[in-house]
Amino acid sequence: MADHSVTKTLDCSGLLCPMPVVKTNKAMKELQVGDILEMKATDPGAMPDMEAWARQTNHELLEAIDEGDEHYRFIIKKTH
Amino acid sequence: MAQENGRRRLALISSKGTLDWGYPPFILASAAGAMDWEVAIFFTFYGLPLLKKKLDAAVSPVGNPAMPMKMPFGPEGLQKINWQIPNLLMSNVPGFESVATNLMKKTFKKKGVATVEELREMCAEMDVRMIGCQMTMDVFGFKKEEFIDECEIGGAATFLEYAADADVSLFI
Repeated sequence: MADHSVTKTLDCSGLLCPMPVVKTNKAMKELQVGDILEMKATDPGAMPDMEAWARQTNHELLEAIDEGDEHYRFIIKKTH
Repeated sequence: MAQENGRRRLALISSKGTLDWGYPPFILASAAGAMDWEVAIFFTFYGLPLLKKKLDAAVSPVGNPAMPMKMPFGPEGLQKINWQIPNLLMSNVPGFESVATNLMKKTFKKKGVATVEELREMCAEMDVRMIGCQMTMDVFGFKKEEFIDECEIGGAATFLEYAADADVSLFI
């Protein structure tokens, strides 16, 4: 796992669909191009959903990490 | 396919206004909005009350024979049980709908699901077009003032013109 300098961390633990993608997108709008967002979630659906979200919005999903015990971590780079 | 502005488009019809059926249009609309899609929801027939300023959506187990009833609290073993309650029995028990509504609201809250009101607010923030059906308003006697400020009023043609260029269209 590469070391990314995270601009902002968003905690979506305890939230279910569609909140992780909704909050992630909102957080992205407050960042600058090139900034890195770290998002933490406990919803197992966030794994496929964040990948789909990144494909649809063309932001770069640098890491999607299953940390076990229903904890997930995503590192996203704002590209536009 | 995408719009001229490069965005995808989702067109939804919301035709059922119970609490359980109120969720899908707002969940799909907010998820699509979060992916920067354009979204419109046409609220018609029993979906129209979902635009009311004060939501009073309830759960109706009648006609949902597969609806699992779960206890939102108590021992975990009991919480996992799906209580199969015959429709005939449910419809005859006074107050069953409010019990079922409260059970669903508690369970959803505990699991981390946003309320329908919260999802609707997020849709409004993301500029989801919410179109109330004029014909339904006339038939059931609703007034524009009863609905949230963010909604607009239109008819089938308004929705169809929007849906004609949609990438995804769903009737809920």
